[in-house]
Amino acid sequence: MKIVLTAKGKESSSPVDERFGRAEYFILYDDAAQTYSVINNPGQYENSGAGVKASQIVIDAGAEVVITGSLGPKAFMVLRDAGIRGYQNYSGTLEEMVAAFKEEKLQELLTPGEEVKTRGRS
Amino acid sequence: MKIAVLSGKGGTGKTTVSTNLAYAMGIDYVDFDVEEPNGHIFLKPRDLKESDVNIMTPVIDQDRCTLCNICVETCQFNALVNTGKRILVFEDLCHGCGACSLACPEKAISEYPRKIGVLFEGTYEKADFFSGRMALNEPMAGPIISEIKRRIPKGRDHIVDCSPGTSCNVVKGVDGADYAIMVTEPSVFGLHDLKLAVELVEEMDIPMGIIINRSNEYDPLIEDYAKDSNLRILGKIPFSKAAAKIYSEGKLLIEEPAIKEIFEGIKKQVLEEVDHAISHS
Ligand code: SF4
Ligand code: SF4
Repeated sequence: MKIVLTAKGKESSSPVDERFGRAEYFILYDDAAQTYSVINNPGQYENSGAGVKASQIVIDAGAEVVITGSLGPKAFMVLRDAGIRGYQNYSGTLEEMVAAFKEEKLQELLTPGEEVKTRGRS
Repeated sequence: MKIAVLSGKGGTGKTTVSTNLAYAMGIDYVDFDVEEPNGHIFLKPRDLKESDVNIMTPVIDQDRCTLCNICVETCQFNALVNTGKRILVFEDLCHGCGACSLACPEKAISEYPRKIGVLFEGTYEKADFFSGRMALNEPMAGPIISEIKRRIPKGRDHIVDCSPGTSCNVVKGVDGADYAIMVTEPSVFGLHDLKLAVELVEEMDIPMGIIINRSNEYDPLIEDYAKDSNLRILGKIPFSKAAAKIYSEGKLLIEEPAIKEIFEGIKKQVLEEVDHAISHS
């Protein structure tokens, strides 16, 4: 199984990022290979649609699970449609999140969070 | 001649300056603040014609779609997403550019006109009046502004009341202007926002001047900055109870003789500056 985590750094020991669309990095954790790989987040600087773009990245990475702070309404809808489940992170490292997920200690994100307002209307 | 009036943020008197100056100069008034248009309150335009502003929005024929992903990669606005089961369209992100339907190899994308706002055209006492308003839940100001722009007859002198802030919609308002007027307040916040707006206009290489609204007569904060930046202060509109009252009644400030004189002074300076700008361009 593959998991995408939002992170503030590129290492498995990096802290999580609670933002989804504007996360600094996405880290893809591959459980079979036990590896962490970095996916840059170009959506971080988008004026609008960052959550949609991030969702597409998660889908394209082939993940089944996302671990992040919350999912806006659009991202929530896209990931639902793609059959990807979201789980809520808490402050800690990526390794800790993966361990907590495996121990079923993370809470599933079952409702969308607030829409992140974009900077200036386009 | 095109004059753009802007301010780093809302509530500094941008519309007050735009409407009164348009009236004093007897030229067309154009309201680009489609989020919160206010110019009509003061200019009271007549014979307003209202028309819809639509943008063409994609609809995906899921039966034809092969999920090839080309449209998703084409869209610059993240309005399309491929969930692996279907293509989803987020209409409120779609700018109606048409690129996706052109790019689709399966001809699976058709378009329908989606109303994003309305446009108003009329006349006020001195000249023509143009404005627009965004529809509720449609955060797409850009195409409405572009449509208003298309309606302004070529070669007509006009004043553009830009949207507040320094977004791309402000750039749309300032683009092509012969001169820009920055409206500010004599406060630290006013100065901060003024600087941002000045930077934007400098980048666009358009000459500009400053009007101080709610002036204390002597406003060292703004005046020192203007001097250092080599910008002319075109006028100062004093804070007065009389002015506040006229404003709150939705009337033009130039109904007050003392303020009328100030606007006549501003008009003179602006005309000089524009003349200078045009002869040097
Ligand atoms: S019309 Fe343009 S903005 Fe709208 S979805 Fe298609 S490519 Fe994106
Ligand atoms: S380009 Fe056409 S066929 Fe390809 S995914 Fe988009 S809608 Fe489907």
